[in-house]
Amino acid sequence: MSHKKLGLAAALTFALSNTVAAEEQVLNIYNWSDYINPEAVTQFEKETGIKVNYDVYDSNEVLEAKLMSGSTGYDLVVPTGSFLERHVQAGIYAEIDRSKLTNYANLDTVLAEKISRHDAGNKHNVPYAWGTIGLGFNETMVKERLGEMPLDTLDLIFKPEVAAKLADCGIGLLDSPAEVMSIALNYLGLDPNSEKKSDLKKATALIKSVRSSYKYFHSGQYISDLANGEVCVALGYNGDILQAQSRAEEAGQGNVIGYAIPKEGTLVWFDLLAIPADAPHPDAAHKFIDFVLKADTAAGISNYVYYAVANTAAEPLLLDEVRNNPGIYPSDEVKANLFTQNAHTSKFDRLLTRAWSGIKTGR
Amino acid sequence: MGHGQQCGFDLMSIPSGSAWIDKSASGMARYNLFRGVNWGRLGVIAVPGLWLGIFFFIPFLVVFKISLSESAIAVPPYSAMLEWDLEEAYATFKLNFGNYIYLFEDTFYLDAYISSVKIASVSTLITLIVGFPIAYLIARSKPSMRVVLLSLVILPFWTSFLLRVYAWMGFLKKNGIVNEFLLSTGIIDQPLIMLQTDFAVYIGIVYTYLPFMILPLYTALEKMDLTLLEAAEDLGSRPYQSFFLVTLPLAVPGIIAGCLLVFIPAVGEFVIPSLLGGSDTLMIGRVLWDEFFLNRDWPMASAVAIVMLVVLVLPVMLIRNAQGKEEVHS
Repeated sequence: MSHKKLGLAAALTFALSNTVAAEEQVLNIYNWSDYINPEAVTQFEKETGIKVNYDVYDSNEVLEAKLMSGSTGYDLVVPTGSFLERHVQAGIYAEIDRSKLTNYANLDTVLAEKISRHDAGNKHNVPYAWGTIGLGFNETMVKERLGEMPLDTLDLIFKPEVAAKLADCGIGLLDSPAEVMSIALNYLGLDPNSEKKSDLKKATALIKSVRSSYKYFHSGQYISDLANGEVCVALGYNGDILQAQSRAEEAGQGNVIGYAIPKEGTLVWFDLLAIPADAPHPDAAHKFIDFVLKADTAAGISNYVYYAVANTAAEPLLLDEVRNNPGIYPSDEVKANLFTQNAHTSKFDRLLTRAWSGIKTGR
Repeated sequence: MGHGQQCGFDLMSIPSGSAWIDKSASGMARYNLFRGVNWGRLGVIAVPGLWLGIFFFIPFLVVFKISLSESAIAVPPYSAMLEWDLEEAYATFKLNFGNYIYLFEDTFYLDAYISSVKIASVSTLITLIVGFPIAYLIARSKPSMRVVLLSLVILPFWTSFLLRVYAWMGFLKKNGIVNEFLLSTGIIDQPLIMLQTDFAVYIGIVYTYLPFMILPLYTALEKMDLTLLEAAEDLGSRPYQSFFLVTLPLAVPGIIAGCLLVFIPAVGEFVIPSLLGGSDTLMIGRVLWDEFFLNRDWPMASAVAIVMLVVLVLPVMLIRNAQGKEEVHS
């Protein structure tokens, strides 16, 4: 064996033992698109010297498909509660080591309590941001057709005679069976997390009765369509609809977009930070979580993305337009009316998807 | 040393002298066996064969294997087909045909296959009708002009396919370019609903796959012997008669190749129906997506894909194969 080879072997052994002692200063984050203020990442890199590789996705399903195939190389991912619930069952997340999180006390304990329905004791997650699914509408177009009726009601999309009046200006719904179905169940006064076949049938019948008034089911299209006046009502995520609102203002075509949390109650979702069990850099991931938990980082994110953060310490640092926007931080009264959507069994998921395809295609 | 051991049942016997003799003897036999083989020919076939084996056949087997398992909440999200434990001395081999049975029980899947075939067939036909005159024009133009026209056909490939489909969304939407133009000229007084309809899907598929139709048609028309047309004319054939009796039959290989190149990918198309189609545009690509991502049922999604391959693509390939043989015979 030549000296060169010996040297290489020694270097390799050294490198390997070195990674065991202290991991490489790299962090691979996989987060939703447009879901952080870029300064937060650069600030973190400056403070810790850890190089961040930031990658984005736009649906839980895509994230899940990657995680379920294994060895993604990601250190930090941000699934929504019901998805995390199933991932925890599959055992793909490492437990969060709270001793490494100096800012954990900043969290909103009331919300953390709600989240623990997805993950007992919140062992595998730290809340990142949360929001609601509600109604976005084009004020002028809707008022022209409905007169002075209140707009904070799901009657807009679920009551056939009301929806029919809006059909010509366009109604768009999220293409998300579990979420929309739970809202329909709740509208009917049933348990939003019911897995009863009879309940599913009732909710399916409800949506089918208004189906002809809908323009489409799509989970992203409505942002630009609301802003351009292609649709006048959309059932969508609050942050997306607020984004449509600001886009409409920028475009200056006179479209004024409003957001309302329906008085019948709606779904509240939580996006949660989690560390995959096979993450190559768990230490760096913990450092980033702790960084996000800091009051000023959390406030910076909320002010930028227009979603709420579950961070009590951050509240005084929020911009007025964010803190006082009932679409982002609803009142306690409205909050009491919100429900979470739990993970379903695979058997029910199959029934649900089948019912949903039936609704969409009229079969 | 017994005879049986020499046959390699006992691994320990291999280094022994008699085993060595055995090996060289079989080596001789192999030499004789391959004497008639044309190595150059084999080498040429081996490369595409290996390619198809690694990138088509093995993935196909993997998908087929997954289609026979059950979905599970695990990584990967399906059950193992073969389970064994050497210490406990047991092995189980499980095949689950439930996915295939379910496929035939619920008419939804059949509807999706039929609807996909319908959309793909209609778009293939339109592509042929639109593509033939273009290919004909290119094949009959001056050689210097042909290069320019052919590169124009290929030019769209320089932009991302996704961007081009998005561009169509801009054209077809309610306040898009087409509607604005028709409204301003007074042809219509209400904007047409074109986006999120099957109409938009047809436009998308025809637009995207047109080059795949034009190129094989061009190749077939270009190598046609033009003196045949003169001969037909001399024998009293009118132009339209020569077209149907001479040009069209000679273009058949190009027509078949073009139709297959358009039809097969169009059947499984996912991007175009999801971007341009309505929520009610039912195509098998979207059903597959739902199975995979919404139901998280990889085995079922695999079964849908396998059935699509066997029911739709295999017959097409067999017909093609049979035609190839016929041509050789005639």
